[in-house]
Amino acid sequence: MITKRIIPCLDVKDGRVVKGVNFLGLADVSSPVKLAKFYSDNGADELVFYDITASAEGRALFTDILCEVASTIFIPLTVGGGINTVDDFDRVLKCGADKVSVNSGAIRNPDLINAAAQKYGDQCVVLSVDAKRVDGTFHVFAKGGREDTGMDAIEWIKRGQSMGAGEIVLNSIDTDGVKNGFDLEMLGAVCEIATVPVIASGGAGSIAHFTELFKALPKVDAGLAASIFHFGEVDIRDLKSTLTKQNINVRI
Amino acid sequence: MTAIVDYGVGNLFSLKSSFAYIGQDAVVTSDESVIRSADRVILPGVGAFGDAAKKLFDSGLAKVLTELANEGKPILGICLGMQLLFEKSYEYGEHKGLGLIKGSIKPIAAEVSSDYKIPHIGWNALQFTGNKSPLFKYIKEGDFVYFVHSYYGADCDESLIATAEYGINVAAAVNSGNVYGTQFHPEKSGEVGMKILKAFCEI
Repeated sequence: MITKRIIPCLDVKDGRVVKGVNFLGLADVSSPVKLAKFYSDNGADELVFYDITASAEGRALFTDILCEVASTIFIPLTVGGGINTVDDFDRVLKCGADKVSVNSGAIRNPDLINAAAQKYGDQCVVLSVDAKRVDGTFHVFAKGGREDTGMDAIEWIKRGQSMGAGEIVLNSIDTDGVKNGFDLEMLGAVCEIATVPVIASGGAGSIAHFTELFKALPKVDAGLAASIFHFGEVDIRDLKSTLTKQNINVRI
Repeated sequence: MTAIVDYGVGNLFSLKSSFAYIGQDAVVTSDESVIRSADRVILPGVGAFGDAAKKLFDSGLAKVLTELANEGKPILGICLGMQLLFEKSYEYGEHKGLGLIKGSIKPIAAEVSSDYKIPHIGWNALQFTGNKSPLFKYIKEGDFVYFVHSYYGADCDESLIATAEYGINVAAAVNSGNVYGTQFHPEKSGEVGMKILKAFCEI
């Protein structure tokens, strides 16, 4: 049986992990390579790297770091941030990324999904959607959640799937950072129309929130989080052991 | 030395890095003489069967691989590379494979309910069959490996060494004589994957 996946997400700027992390016994907590190794050794099923660099120099550093990470750990790697063209796919895939996550780039140019899926396969294209409640519906937000596109999130995800997106990451802006649990209502709406794996993001604050997620929404395939893993509030091994006890199938 | 066959299909960075990680020499190559002189050969692959098979046959590499397999050289096909070892595939039409493993490649979607999303993507547990293989000498039943595929190897009971449950028992790995195949990606399966590659290097 396929397992539910637990995915830590790392924001990288100029080749270093930002937002800080707080691990006991890890000297260089902003080294993407060391952190990736730590997570890989401690039960992460996959890693997501978001490049939040603005400059070309920073982007080049990111690519170098990615190559180093991919030479050190051997679990699936997803890369997002600044992916606007098929050439951007090429750049990170050559460095050992397995999947590429598109967000604002696909909103500006939806054909990017299609073009990338045709060239690299559906499994390679992850559609990342930042969504927020507006007047009783879910709207897609662009530019890191700052700009309301006015697009309906459910319709956008349907369109993304039909164009070849092989996975959906749904990040609820409403629950993000609140640590009060995943947005089960929004995720439920997406699961109803999803034909590809759905990765839940935004709102996890404790182990119980992951249990709640997978119990309430069996169609959700993975849970993604950042700071709760980085600050040691949730240890992935403990999380997986709890999930196993609750009869949720995970890789131990 | 292990030759990783480069025929223009897929990304070989992780595979090459995996060999460095386990301390084994590996060369990514499309050069026939390098492939012939290697101790063992890896046939990787991502994408559609038809395109990949065409590239293998057009380049003459199909003939080289068949000859090497018949000479007894260990060959490991990974993911689409495993599928290419089979006799034929029904992915978008009907395409001929290398025929080194008896069986054919069929869509998972035709066998399972719509509750099972396609592709079969993620970590799944290996169930061993009665057929033993040196490929698994360092791993145990129930170990998890990483899959990404929409088609599966069917009618290959004779060579089937492991399956994974996904609505049906998906062929996870095959072995017939010196020819091996894994549907999953050892190079993305963490320590379990590294142990499988290490075992292959010791055959």
